[in-house]
Amino acid sequence: MKKNRSLENAIAAIPSGAVIMVGGFGNPGTPFSLIRELVRQGQTDLTLIKNDANEAGHGVSQLIENGQVKKLITTHIGLNKGVIDRMNQGEVEVQFHPQGMLAEKIRTAGAGSFGFLTDIGIDSEITRPEDLLDWQGKTYKVEMALSADFALLHAARADWLGNLVYQGSAINFSPLMAMAANHVIVETPHLGAPGCFIPEQVHTPGAFVDSVVPLASLTSDYGILEHHVRR
Amino acid sequence: MSVVERILRRAVMEIAPGSIVNLGIGLPTQVMHYLPDDFDVQIHSENGILGAWKQAAPEQMDPFLIDAAGAYVSLREGASLFDSAVSFAMIRRARLDLTMIGAFEVDAHGNLANWKIPGKFSPGIGGAMELAQKTQRIVVLTTHTDKHGKPKILKTCRLPLTAKACVSRIISDLAVMDVTDQGLVVREKLVEISDADLQALTEAELTFATEGGTA
Repeated sequence: MKKNRSLENAIAAIPSGAVIMVGGFGNPGTPFSLIRELVRQGQTDLTLIKNDANEAGHGVSQLIENGQVKKLITTHIGLNKGVIDRMNQGEVEVQFHPQGMLAEKIRTAGAGSFGFLTDIGIDSEITRPEDLLDWQGKTYKVEMALSADFALLHAARADWLGNLVYQGSAINFSPLMAMAANHVIVETPHLGAPGCFIPEQVHTPGAFVDSVVPLASLTSDYGILEHHVRR
Repeated sequence: MSVVERILRRAVMEIAPGSIVNLGIGLPTQVMHYLPDDFDVQIHSENGILGAWKQAAPEQMDPFLIDAAGAYVSLREGASLFDSAVSFAMIRRARLDLTMIGAFEVDAHGNLANWKIPGKFSPGIGGAMELAQKTQRIVVLTTHTDKHGKPKILKTCRLPLTAKACVSRIISDLAVMDVTDQGLVVREKLVEISDADLQALTEAELTFATEGGTA
């Protein structure tokens, strides 16, 4: 079955109030085109799960700046002072997780399990007494799996069946989120016919993907951010 | 030499040949630029790179390849790229030899605070808790005092901790200090400063074991 969708149709599946995982670590892997369409359609009360808040004016920061986001589940927003200010003013609720814990919570949901035991952050203020489990003489922290209604992802290449290949440092959370969300929407600038990939090199098998949105070209937000270039 | 340059030039000497090293956001990521081009090291970046290297030439710069701080890195021969779960499995399985990391506060017990200043500036945890808890050796790079001249090297951290008793060494713009069972021991001074003046800029009690005594 072909999973190709138009940008408008793919994003129209998302209702207000949805919980949405968004791929990307900084810019690489951020599905800028899917996000812009979500800004245009204007769904509200969203909960976003993303490693970071992108940077001012870019990616998920546009959704936050546009008042569409109720809660952000993330690891680090140090490169987005505007979102830190909104958090301090109570305009958006921000929940921080250790980065590998966020990844593992998503991976766990994607594997159909419910949680795991860890010692990360066990001595810190992010751990509540009710998170602790004494088991066979040792104390662990229980981390529960984290799933979502939707995942919005960027793939370097995809085929009609939803097989995905990522590139560079744009892999990050995307293959994990593809497995953990109930409805997975992927944008790609290179959509091919089945058979265009070497099977061993597929990062995300098509079974996890619901919609593939072909992009005619990559806009400037996918390009080099000048202020990160060392002169 | 600027304050930052002094820290970075001393920090680069901490990297042992053949090691796997993570460089945190801020001062530490800049250490890479002080490594000789043929130096035997694998730089781990928690966004999914083992074998990250200095910025590529302009025509080869790849917008889909950054380090955790957003800089456009290149890849060395033998580099690998992977997802965030694998990246942090590598960290939690203690495959990293060294992490250099920034600090809001660090203390005499080796406690580290670098993720949250309540109500003011909370960048978040990022990879810091797992790196600090699980890397073999943690070296903090920090200015000795904050921008108001107040000590950042304390008796006991006051901000929420990233991890307890995780720091082995502190490199500031003034000195190199080791965290020991007896508290902070000054191993080197990086500027001309008396023991008393260095102590005056440090809340934690210092003992001095510098080569050649007071500078």
